Amino acid sequence: MIINHPLLGPRDSAEFVYMGDASLIERPDPEAENAADQFHDYAYLRDNPAGELRELWFHEGGDRSWLVVTRDTRTHEISKVELARDVARSKGRSL
Amino acid sequence: MTQVNRVEGGQIDRNTPLKFKFDGKSYTGHAGDTLASALLANGVRLMGRSFKYHRPRGPLSAGSEEPNAIVTLRDGARAEPNTRATTAELFDGLSARSQNCWPSVKFDALAVNDAASDFLAAGFYYKTFMWPAPFWEKVYEPIIRKAAGLGALSMQEDPDEYDKGFRHCDLLIVGAGPSGLMAALTAGRAGKEVILADEDFAMGGRLLSEQIEVGSTSALDWTTQTIAELSSLPNVRLMSRTTVIGAFDHGIYGAVERVSDHLLEPAIGKPRQILWRIYAGKTLLCAGATERPIAFENNDRPGIMLASAMRSYVNRWAATPAQRVAIFTSCDDGHRTAADLHAKGIKIAAVIDTRADTPMSMNYEVLAGAQVTNTKGRLGLTVVEVQLADGSTRTLECGALGVSGGWNPNVHLTCHQRGRPTWDGDLSAFVPGGTLPPGMTVAGAASGDLSTNGALLSGANGAAEALGIKAADTPEADDTPATQSAFWYVEGCKRAWLDQQNDVTVKDVRLAHQEGFRSVEHLKRYTTLGMATDQGKTSNMGGLAIMAEIAGKGIPDVGTTIFRPPYTPVAIGALAGRMRGMEFHPTRLTPSHYWAKECGAVFVEVGNWLRAQWFPIEGETHWRQSVDREVKATRASVGVCDCTTLGKIDVQGADAATFLNKVYCNPFAKVAVGKTRYGLMLREDGIAMDDGTAARLAEDHFVVTTTTAKAGPVYQHMEFVRQCLMPDADVQLISTTEAWAQFAVAGPNSRALLQKIVDPEFDISNEAFEFMACANITVCGGLRARLFRISFSGELAFEIAVPSRYGDALMRKLMEEGEEFDVVPYGTEALGVMRIEKGHAAGNELNGTTTANNLGMGRMVSKKKDSIGTVLSERAGLNEDDALKLVGVKPLASEDKITAGGHLMAADGPVDAANDQGYVTSAAYSPEVGSMIGLALIKSGDARMGEKMRLVSPVTDSEVLVEVTSAHFVDPEGGRQRA
Amino acid sequence: MHNLTAITALGSSVPSVDTVDGATLCENAELALASVHARIGHETACRAALADLLDGRVPDVGKVILRDPEAAFWTGPDQWMVGAPYETHEDLDAQLKARFGASASITEQSDAWACFDLQGAKMERVMELLCPINIRAMQTGDVQRTSLHHLGCFVIRRDPSDWVRILGPRASAGSLHHAIVTAMRSIV
Repeated sequence: MIINHPLLGPRDSAEFVYMGDASLIERPDPEAENAADQFHDYAYLRDNPAGELRELWFHEGGDRSWLVVTRDTRTHEISKVELARDVARSKGRSL
Repeated sequence: MTQVNRVEGGQIDRNTPLKFKFDGKSYTGHAGDTLASALLANGVRLMGRSFKYHRPRGPLSAGSEEPNAIVTLRDGARAEPNTRATTAELFDGLSARSQNCWPSVKFDALAVNDAASDFLAAGFYYKTFMWPAPFWEKVYEPIIRKAAGLGALSMQEDPDEYDKGFRHCDLLIVGAGPSGLMAALTAGRAGKEVILADEDFAMGGRLLSEQIEVGSTSALDWTTQTIAELSSLPNVRLMSRTTVIGAFDHGIYGAVERVSDHLLEPAIGKPRQILWRIYAGKTLLCAGATERPIAFENNDRPGIMLASAMRSYVNRWAATPAQRVAIFTSCDDGHRTAADLHAKGIKIAAVIDTRADTPMSMNYEVLAGAQVTNTKGRLGLTVVEVQLADGSTRTLECGALGVSGGWNPNVHLTCHQRGRPTWDGDLSAFVPGGTLPPGMTVAGAASGDLSTNGALLSGANGAAEALGIKAADTPEADDTPATQSAFWYVEGCKRAWLDQQNDVTVKDVRLAHQEGFRSVEHLKRYTTLGMATDQGKTSNMGGLAIMAEIAGKGIPDVGTTIFRPPYTPVAIGALAGRMRGMEFHPTRLTPSHYWAKECGAVFVEVGNWLRAQWFPIEGETHWRQSVDREVKATRASVGVCDCTTLGKIDVQGADAATFLNKVYCNPFAKVAVGKTRYGLMLREDGIAMDDGTAARLAEDHFVVTTTTAKAGPVYQHMEFVRQCLMPDADVQLISTTEAWAQFAVAGPNSRALLQKIVDPEFDISNEAFEFMACANITVCGGLRARLFRISFSGELAFEIAVPSRYGDALMRKLMEEGEEFDVVPYGTEALGVMRIEKGHAAGNELNGTTTANNLGMGRMVSKKKDSIGTVLSERAGLNEDDALKLVGVKPLASEDKITAGGHLMAADGPVDAANDQGYVTSAAYSPEVGSMIGLALIKSGDARMGEKMRLVSPVTDSEVLVEVTSAHFVDPEGGRQRA
Repeated sequence: MHNLTAITALGSSVPSVDTVDGATLCENAELALASVHARIGHETACRAALADLLDGRVPDVGKVILRDPEAAFWTGPDQWMVGAPYETHEDLDAQLKARFGASASITEQSDAWACFDLQGAKMERVMELLCPINIRAMQTGDVQRTSLHHLGCFVIRRDPSDWVRILGPRASAGSLHHAIVTAMRSIV
């Protein structure tokens, strides 16, 4: 596969390490009342769609950016690639 | 002159004779021949025996679709079984032998299988060898494998080298026939980066085999001129002898280039083959078409071949399979073969055309509305029996029969991403359809455009459309539209071969249907139709057509099986490339490697690293002697160990401490500058991930160490936390593992030794540089260095780091200056012994199942802050009263062995999984204790000190009595490391 | 001056040189390196300091600024590698810290990398056997990080254009050197 890196352009997926569902960015609030339940779901539950999936790829053999790649699991068509850091900020993550 | 069937003309080099051997007999061919063409020229039609029935076989085709002429090429370690004689380029000294026959291809003892064919029909193996089950592996399979099957492996190591390579292009053109050449001209003249790949050693495709005109010149001259122009363009790369084997995601193609297969052996250092990964912006498939045979009784005798192949042998290779030839055709293409052969002086016995309205000839007889009903000839064709239009029969004597049932576009690559071809009723053939691999379009015969003019035009237009450029002007050529009708088999035939390589007949397909195997995928697996190394290139269509007819369906309703890569077989060596032996992965050497080698160290692979395992000295004959000595000498005075392999990550930024507070479960915010702290990292599920130290060199600067094995994953995890969880934290990370050579200097005299090396302005006394201190210092008169007072051995110890290029010199210096203290170097074994004696957890304990609580570090997990894994580490299930706890074990009898991996059972009671109390994670002989010792995870282990237990290892069939002890066998109070 | 003698990444006192018809590979032990990573909120100041060092220019994504004595290339978002002759810049990280102040995290990288210069008419064909980058499309002044024999390397296309500089992990210098020389010999 080829991942169109937002900064570096098309790169062979062999340069990347895959980590699965991008929902890992949305780490629950440890102070929340039901934190234990939320962390359980965060650590263990994943959707497994036949279709578009947002997933995390680490450009280990490149610029060391984490990317959020939107990929169709049926066709491998990649419709969007974002820097995970930008996605994290857009989700309100900061420190 | 033994080349009895060599005719005039052709593209062989008659000035370059090549000697070769087939089945031990010597022959002569010419440069430009294939093994098959040279054998035919020498009058050899019989080249092998069939898979199941051991029927005599000769070439069916003149290309990579060949099912029959399968030989073992070369001898000894280079012997390659299952090679197609039709694509094997002749070279001087070539040696080949037929396969699947014993004692010889002419007299094959197992040809008796042919007589027993009624018993060997479809599903024979499934039906016969079902009982008793154990017989399958031990009795049936070995016999069947020997009797059936193809060539045998040499069982020797492949002496050749293989490369892998990577190429990029705007346009990849697969196939260099008329459409491929025109496409390359179009894209090449426009300055685009073009790769033109063709599996043949000569480019031109069918143009090399036809007596036709292109423009105002012969097809061959036009081809030569075109290739000359393409060769002059630096942006066009011509890759002959290169098969594009698969279409993968996003425009990535696999291609095998046979660099040296046409040589006796590769030149020294040169590869035999290269597996290319081609990144193509666009791809134009110009793979041409494959002629399809017609099934009739005994249609597999040597001498019966595709009419187009016969034309190729005569026109291109100047070799005819016989001096008297008949043609059996259902379309005009067969007539072309007859005309070309006649022009070369070969006698045409007759052209048998299934159609009533067939073109007639002045030069030879044409039998309209006739069919071949049977053939004769034990080791090669002698007689063809024909049923004429009026129902009467006639026999024709001939040595070869050209068969043409029309052409099938080579759609394979269009289907590699599950695209399904569509049925073209006019052509009676499948053409590319459905969803093609992104970026791929098709031109020429592969798209169903079967005329030369159509191929030239569609090639030019295909490239132009793919790249948004202007098409090159195309020369005039024959534009007669192809006429072909569906004629798959002769009525009433039984032992009529569809798949000649796997010996599947029309009768087998009928039987499969009768037995209920009605989906095309079932048919394939039950009969093995299309499952041989040729992947059914000449047989699948016939099988489908017959199945459709029996089922009363149309061919498109039956559908096709899925085409998968590779297009043709690929040598395993090509897939491995250079990743063999020591080159399977890169090797990492420590800064003191060359010195250690001089010392005669024994090395061990740790991940990709080579580390010194121990340093034997004269008189030592067993590794334990060396290791015990290294441990004792270190604990008695001082030892040095290269620990560069531990991962080092530079963590800087205003929020560096906040960041480490998040990734380590224990607190880091208050670590003072100049201090080091042990840290434990958890995964988010509360399981321990890795441990190490973090040294605070400045308010905003830490150096973190990881275990050797986890250096990469921990760095990746830290980047995840930085970029995805704390995107605004001011923290910057970079690996410095290889930048610094780092040595552990351990033992009571370690300070005294270091004081001789550390520059005098740095006070490293216990008062000035206490346990867990760290500092930037200089050594040996001004070299920048880092010093950490940390201990893995439990002794007074330091780790000292210098830039890697000076590591070798520093190690030599430490040995030289340490002579007065009897310094020893120690390896990973002694390191392991000392950490077990000290009760430090390592990889065996941080094994992906243990929590901080298990490791006796539960209280380290800070409740005052959030860190990765904190929340889930508090789950009840991980904190039950009988949770495993890290303890020590030692044998009651000092000579008894502690086995790592052994399980602990109560002193009395049953020995079974239900009563399992835990297991030993690490074990070593401890010179300090005077017996073997172990670290173990035992249920409530911390509350069971002094308990006698049984250590059971079913693997080594041992059971010993042990006592549960503290994990700290050496200096439990930690006085030594603080001294 | 200290009394320790350096060895090259290949473990010798002299850098290695390998020549095969059409390509020459030279080990380069004369390179000092330091990474520059802008601090959060100080990106502008960091770029200014970098521009000040490099005649007013800052390497863009995938680019190198080739000049003497300091040169630099882009390694990641707000990250660069600065190189200079080792003889004059052994303390490159200290020199940079003085220039960049609190605007960047600077880390010494000189000995994290082994440096090889590959030059000659066959350079492009050698690179095609080693790594997946589009070497023919790379221009002088381009840099790419790529995987070469499973080793993460920086490939810098230099001037003249038949020259690439390859920076690979120092501990694997032997494997990297072997892979490059094997590819040089393999070209038919």
